[in-house]
Amino acid sequence: MNLSLRDALREAMSEEMRRDESVFLMGEEVAEYNGAYKVSKGMLEEFGAKRIIDTPIAELGFAGIGVGAAMNGLRPIVEFMTWNFAVLAFDQIVNNAAKTLSQSAGDFACPIVFRGPSGSAGQLAQQHSQTFESWLGNTPGLKVISCIDPVDAKGLMKTAIRDNDPVCIMESEVFYALEMNATPGGDRAYSFAHTQIPTLGDLPADGEDYTVDIGKAAVRREGTDVTIVTYNKMIWTALVAAQELAKDGIQAEVIDLRTIRPMDYDTIIRSVQKTNRLVVVDESWPFASISTEVAYAVQRHAFDYLDAPVVRVNSADTSLPYAPTLVDAWLPSPEKVIQAVKSVMYR
Amino acid sequence: MTQVLTKPKASKGKKSPGYSKDMYLSWFETMFRIRKFEERTLMAYGQQKIRGFCHVYIGQEAIAAGMTSALQAGDAVATAYRQHGTAISRGIPTRECMAELYGKATGCVKGKGGSMHFFSREHKFFGGNGIVGAQIPIGTGIAFAEKYKGTDNLCVTMFGDGAARQGALYEAFNMAMTWKLPVLYICENNQYAMGTSVERTSNVRDLYKLGASFDMPSEEVNGMNPESVHEAIERAAAHIRAGKGPYYLEIKTYRYKGHSVSDPATYRTKEELKNYMDMDPVKSLEARLIADQVASPEEIEEIKDRIKVEIDEAAQFAEESPFPDPSELFTDNYMEPNYPFITD
Repeated sequence: MNLSLRDALREAMSEEMRRDESVFLMGEEVAEYNGAYKVSKGMLEEFGAKRIIDTPIAELGFAGIGVGAAMNGLRPIVEFMTWNFAVLAFDQIVNNAAKTLSQSAGDFACPIVFRGPSGSAGQLAQQHSQTFESWLGNTPGLKVISCIDPVDAKGLMKTAIRDNDPVCIMESEVFYALEMNATPGGDRAYSFAHTQIPTLGDLPADGEDYTVDIGKAAVRREGTDVTIVTYNKMIWTALVAAQELAKDGIQAEVIDLRTIRPMDYDTIIRSVQKTNRLVVVDESWPFASISTEVAYAVQRHAFDYLDAPVVRVNSADTSLPYAPTLVDAWLPSPEKVIQAVKSVMYR
Repeated sequence: MTQVLTKPKASKGKKSPGYSKDMYLSWFETMFRIRKFEERTLMAYGQQKIRGFCHVYIGQEAIAAGMTSALQAGDAVATAYRQHGTAISRGIPTRECMAELYGKATGCVKGKGGSMHFFSREHKFFGGNGIVGAQIPIGTGIAFAEKYKGTDNLCVTMFGDGAARQGALYEAFNMAMTWKLPVLYICENNQYAMGTSVERTSNVRDLYKLGASFDMPSEEVNGMNPESVHEAIERAAAHIRAGKGPYYLEIKTYRYKGHSVSDPATYRTKEELKNYMDMDPVKSLEARLIADQVASPEEIEEIKDRIKVEIDEAAQFAEESPFPDPSELFTDNYMEPNYPFITD
């Protein structure tokens, strides 16, 4: 039984809407159009227009309506067509959703989920290709999830909807089509673009109300020579690189952060204590990025275990232009990851 | 720059029906309480007992009083940072408000919000919002939740003339009308966005007209007396509770002090200020109550004495209360009890 990321996210939202009347979904094109990327396909039919709500193109406005509704007892899921458009709503996310509990000294919680695809998706040029994990992960009061593993993304989405704090969920436009074998007891593997990659992680039993804890990373591949820490669609890049490295006798351990804030430092540090080498593969820009945070934590807590400086592979420190050659030059690739791993292996 | 002096016009609608003595005295008490609270606030600020950004409500008291008398118990209120008066009128005790200004643990939000961020779940008071105009979509969302839950409550969403120029207003008004949400928008037009007069921010100087592009029923209201405010809000609330969707009132008022305590308000003329001082809502209501023999001077004095004692006690309570313990830094950031904060 194969499960796509797109279907996984819809199943998570639908299951939570069935169990809790206070959950609703709002955003641009989520209802009658079935979602810009079809994540909410069929939900209008099941839940009706009261709970699956098409909004005008007004990110600031509907994000704020979501915040107010959450403060007043509901559990909104606010979809952004992409996180690039959510920049218009950052006032509501950063100044209100994140701070309401603190400034009301615990009187008003804000149990809301903001979700949508994040990151580059081909030749979409400067304004449609950004990652926001480090932007939002910087803000106390928010939790940030960024995960394309269909089973885990489903479990995390369910947890996020039940969570009493505001949660930002970063998905991936490219990898909505990622499928995985989710058969209980079967071989856990991703398939995408006619390629299959085995991957580690838990699988729910049949019919299980499966949830995944926020704040826990997952080891997707075990290895002894080098640790690769990554998240979102770079997990695919890292796993492809790890397969190639294995041919050279290098066993990479690949860690999928899954949650950006709060970050699971323990899993990272345990792995580095074993492999003594670390490469961070991070689609965000290098300055003050997720890779910066991981590198700080590792030098602070595992300094004596490192046999080489931490190396990172980020998107280029530039805006992303349109031409295909420039996209390739900009984005982390398996080749760049292999090169980085070899540099920390001194090979 | 030439200032345009705009005297508040009379409300539309029928002439004041006359209210009970209890109602008049209750309005006076609320307005006098706010006035004395704010005077004490300014004094304590001068003594550096209150710090940070602090915006007082002096001059606008009739709006808070007239609004609260026209609402029902389950109604919610969301407003901006010039909120002490609104919060007090909604029932947050003055001692908790004053302690909050002092940053004390006994404040209405435990010393965590200060002047700009009062909140109270008990009184359905949703702040106390410090980003100009951001509370407009939030109040709309609070109303959305009331409709979703099927109550007959509404949310009063208040903002100033400065916030009326924010894009958030356009977005929220549009969705509120499209979805017929039970929201009452109130623009407290005190004529200055910080130091910039309404005339200098747009060609559209009658802010109630902004409702027209959404087909939202909109009115201009005299905010210098509680009757016209109460009347207009009663009318608007009836419309909203009948399921007909939002209503918008531009309530004309004036703040007698600067934008914040650090603002000497040199952008307006002495003549303009004097003109409005002559209409002081608290003093003129007191004079009218006595002239119209609604209340005796002794009854008015009794209220005033009682309020003065209350405000003295509030200040003393604030003085004597403890500051929050430093460990409070890590509470109320997340609902999750064991959130792993980064500490090194």
